[in-house]
Amino acid sequence: MEQQQTAGTDSELSAPEFAAQGQRLGAVVYFSSASRNTARFIANCHLDDEGIDVFRIPLRPKDPPLNIRQPYILMVPTYGGGSAKKAVMPQIKRFLNDPANRAGIRGVIASGNTNFGEAFCMAGDIISRKCNVPFLYYFELMGTKEDQEKVRRGVVDFFRNHPES
Amino acid sequence: MSQQESTQESTKSEAGVYADDEMMRQSITPPQYRVTPEARIRPVNWNKITDEKDLEVWNRLVSNFWLPEKVPLSNDIPSWNTLTDHERQTTVRVFAGLTMLDTTQATIGELVQIDHARTEQEQAIYTNIAFMQSVHARSYSSVFSTLCSSEEIDKAYRWAVANDVLQERVHTVLHEYVSEDPLKRKVASTMLSSLMLYAGFYLPLYFSSHAKLMNTADMIRLILRDKAIHGYYSGYKYQRGLEERTQADQAMLEKFTNDLLDKLYDLEMVYSGQIYEGFPFVEDVFAFVRYNANKALMNLGYPARFAADQTDVSSEILAALSPSANENHDFFSGSGSSYVMGHSESTDDDDWDF
Repeated sequence: MEQQQTAGTDSELSAPEFAAQGQRLGAVVYFSSASRNTARFIANCHLDDEGIDVFRIPLRPKDPPLNIRQPYILMVPTYGGGSAKKAVMPQIKRFLNDPANRAGIRGVIASGNTNFGEAFCMAGDIISRKCNVPFLYYFELMGTKEDQEKVRRGVVDFFRNHPES
Repeated sequence: MSQQESTQESTKSEAGVYADDEMMRQSITPPQYRVTPEARIRPVNWNKITDEKDLEVWNRLVSNFWLPEKVPLSNDIPSWNTLTDHERQTTVRVFAGLTMLDTTQATIGELVQIDHARTEQEQAIYTNIAFMQSVHARSYSSVFSTLCSSEEIDKAYRWAVANDVLQERVHTVLHEYVSEDPLKRKVASTMLSSLMLYAGFYLPLYFSSHAKLMNTADMIRLILRDKAIHGYYSGYKYQRGLEERTQADQAMLEKFTNDLLDKLYDLEMVYSGQIYEGFPFVEDVFAFVRYNANKALMNLGYPARFAADQTDVSSEILAALSPSANENHDFFSGSGSSYVMGHSESTDDDDWDF
């Protein structure tokens, strides 16, 4: 079940930051900048308790790249306020530019700030269109309790309703 | 002079020309002169970044730069002429109130964060933000000069100075700006940028949802975009500072934040109730204030306080704020079968391999 953590099977694969407890249902891949808003949101969702592996896209270019070979929902913040071409942070683009990583994306959740007007959560729009997957949910900054509950339940239901193995 | 002598001469003089590592370490940035006037001063070096967030935020601030002269406010004159006297008077007062807060932020709120900045780039960023706050304060004057008579303008300023609630709001943050604890200053600054202005912003957003004063609303949206970064940045640096405090200090500052929020929240309620008396949307302004209070807390790294049913801002205001905030991206609730697959904004394909 947790083959990706067994050394030698496939040394390329990354280990989850939070490994699924019990039966593994699916995975979430997220990115969080130094402000850690998305990281806090992820921690508050306790997705690992629900059988979801949680992987983190590395912040620094020197860190080893994230390699994932299973279906996942991508959760990313929007780099707000600038032009549309900057809305998706470069670390996320680097991750998605790897076709093997990209093959697993099944949906996107984006965060942002309504103050940014038309650019609000634009990273979700762009990735949804680029990867042809649904834009599942958005929240602001580090999300509210209601957002946490909806995402926790929603991610689980999504993988239950879309089994792939 | 032989060549050898000349080389020796230059080596000798170079000894005192360059600071060694120790001298560099002991050097200070200009604001620290107040504390150690005898120390050597170091100029800002943007090629030696210690916190990547500084460069990111500077770049965002610069790319968002704007001036009120670029907004065709005079196109709002016909619309202004359709407003009732009460609507006009309220607009002028609301903007005088906003000018009060932006003046405060530009002339002290950002500047008091320079002294205890964690990096030299952070010091520069507050000067950038302070300038932008002055642009915001200036932009309300542009609205006044475009739409109002000198008499109306004069009365707006007299109202702002005489209004006790407005005065108490600004005194409350000023009290923290002159306090000793640099993190308290950051909390107050974040509250101003992320919470206090929004009761005022509500009115131009409301008008724009009724197709009135559309250019003024465009200008307000530019201000909102800036405020998001200003509040985010002070909140971010607050959290970095907080991490280095003792547990007792962290608890004290969390309580301080909550108490300040309580006090400001009460004042926002009184202010909104008073200034918008007679308008049909007062309850919605209250929700908008709570919605932004949550965001102020989140910028400071604390959980949102108000539940969803208390921050349920009307969809017309949310749409005026952000057109896409009204689209259905709640696939999870089952109501999202009509999720939107993305707008047609172009992205930079050079950065994407696929």
